[in-house]
Amino acid sequence: MKLAMLAEAWRAMGANRLRTLLTMLGMVIGVGAVVLMMAIGQGAQYAIQQTISAMGSNLFILLSGHTASSGVRSASGSAHTLTVADADAIAELPGVAAVAPIHPGSAQVVYGPNNWNTAVIGSTPAYLDVRSWPVVSGQAFTASDVRSATRVALIGQTAAENLFGDEDPVGKTIRIQQSPFTVLGVLGLKGQGMDGRDQDDSIITPLTTAQRSVFGAQFPGTVRMVMVQTTTQQIMPQIEKSMTALLRQRHRTREGQESDFYLRNLTSVADSAAESTRVMSMLLGAIASVSLLVGGIGIMNIMLVSVTERTREIGIRMAIGARERDILLQFLLEAVIISVAGCFIGLLLGIGCALLTEWLTDTLVIISASSVLVAFGVAATVGIFFGYYPALKAARMDPIEALRYQ
Amino acid sequence: MSTPVIRITGLGKSYQTAAGLFPALKAVEMSITAGEFVAVMGPSGSGKSTFMNILGCLDKATTGQYELDGRSVAELSRDELAILRNRTIGFVFQGFNLLQRMTLLENVALPLVYSGLDHAERQRRAAEMLHKVGLTDKADSLPSQISGGQQQRVAIARALVNRPRLLLADEPTGNLDSRTGDEIMALFDALNQEGITIVLVTHEPDIAQHAKRQVRFHDGHLVSDQLTPHEVAA
Ligand SMILES: Nc1ncnc2c1ncn2[C@@H]1O[C@H](COP(=O)(O)OP(=O)(O)OP(=O)(O)O)[C@@H](O)[C@H]1O
Ligand SMILES: [Mg+2]
Repeated sequence: MKLAMLAEAWRAMGANRLRTLLTMLGMVIGVGAVVLMMAIGQGAQYAIQQTISAMGSNLFILLSGHTASSGVRSASGSAHTLTVADADAIAELPGVAAVAPIHPGSAQVVYGPNNWNTAVIGSTPAYLDVRSWPVVSGQAFTASDVRSATRVALIGQTAAENLFGDEDPVGKTIRIQQSPFTVLGVLGLKGQGMDGRDQDDSIITPLTTAQRSVFGAQFPGTVRMVMVQTTTQQIMPQIEKSMTALLRQRHRTREGQESDFYLRNLTSVADSAAESTRVMSMLLGAIASVSLLVGGIGIMNIMLVSVTERTREIGIRMAIGARERDILLQFLLEAVIISVAGCFIGLLLGIGCALLTEWLTDTLVIISASSVLVAFGVAATVGIFFGYYPALKAARMDPIEALRYQ
Repeated sequence: MSTPVIRITGLGKSYQTAAGLFPALKAVEMSITAGEFVAVMGPSGSGKSTFMNILGCLDKATTGQYELDGRSVAELSRDELAILRNRTIGFVFQGFNLLQRMTLLENVALPLVYSGLDHAERQRRAAEMLHKVGLTDKADSLPSQISGGQQQRVAIARALVNRPRLLLADEPTGNLDSRTGDEIMALFDALNQEGITIVLVTHEPDIAQHAKRQVRFHDGHLVSDQLTPHEVAA
């Protein structure tokens, strides 16, 4: 019985192949779009998640403020209001896990015949903790290296590749702005940062060495920025207050006067970035779902036409004993077959497009089992939902009226 | 005489038309007992098809009573009517009404699908019926590939496949030449011999001669009801 009905539905669809295919196309495009959008959205979410965990957790960043004295505001970080002593004082606050004063910049680096321009970050050993950035071979420099401004360096993977190729950089001597530095260790792979920059294209040296030998800082003891890591995320707002108070007091900022530094909660920035990708991917999914809806309406439209065209057939079937549910099932089955078959093709199309997108644009896409299941579930539901009304219309026909239909 | 299969009292049917209600059948009284062979005659528009459609449970009367096997049809649900059409009544149309996309065998087997029989049993019984109407060799043809007479034989096979006790035929030979019509009528005679009750609409007196009883409609009234002369003689 069931098999006979399936065979019949198949035949009915085969009788009007082009129309069946066109109806299916709506479903194919809808499901394809949903799968593609979900793959891209989930890929973006995953990428952001990776970036955030690579950045390090519970982070504040402190930037030197503007010099208000001249009356002309210059870019943040241009004035050197933050000092290493400030950083040390912040480290004493309860709830602060690690503090890393940083002097960032870029420099020309030479190894043998190889020449490479890369980011040079002067900081303390705490920087590696704050960024959760491990040394994968060799070793990190120590606080004593910072104190005595030793010419040592840690090298990121991209920089290492460009300077050393297949050679092991550990123990080799590179020249940064003419000064020789010994490579102590190689840093682990970090990937893209929030700004999209390749973080592995960098070299880390002790803060003091960077300031003296690389950048020739005008104000020794001051830094452009400080990264602060708290023990938990919950206490971040509290730390923000106590840190601001501490710095204003240390900088002798009067009540009502603007602070001479900027404090940013990086974690909340990252969270909102993650949130916005999540919202974006949901939006993409929602827009794609609209095309699924349109596909469903297409099915309903064609089923209505088909029911009208086959009125006489319905009459004949009723005359020889088809009950309402037999007719209902027959037309419902056709709608569901069309939508599920369309869904299957759409799934393949969507996965194909997603892989093509990944290959062409290097964006990460993730095709999850759940998105496949959702697509199938939605297709079957759409088939039943939009097929139901036409099928019911067929089933409710009056036998004699249907037989008289020309 | 045995109890009537069909008992009709005060049956009326009006159609809703643009010009108002049109009475196609008026106060028809009639009983048909098991094993009868009735020819329904009358001029065009006299209400014969209207009458047959009501007998076949395809349409409902506006007034009066129609009892089939002692049950009042008006009180049956749509599903119960479908089951009657499927098991108790076989209906043969003037225009054959075969499903064009299906083979002859599938057409004949279709009522059995709605009876819930399994595939093997359906095939067996449909093949048997096709054999009975002499079309075994055409089982896998489509309706469009055979003649009108053959199509009507397939339609009769379909009407009989579920072994109904009542066979209704509305001008079954109307679209056929007289020789083919005779073949169909021979089939009806044989079926009546087997005990199936037959009600058949026809314009042609020759065809009506096959019946044992002839009723005549005029303007929606049943105007005459008599035994066929050869039956009277017998
Ligand atoms: N669906 C309908 N709506 C309105 N009037 C109808 C309808 N069907 C039939 N009639 C009218 O009812 C009357 C009887 O029709 P019916 O089809 O029963 O006649 P008939 O005896 O079968 O005629 P014929 O020999 O031409 O087949 C006719 O006058 C016809 O016009
Ligand atoms: Mg008629």
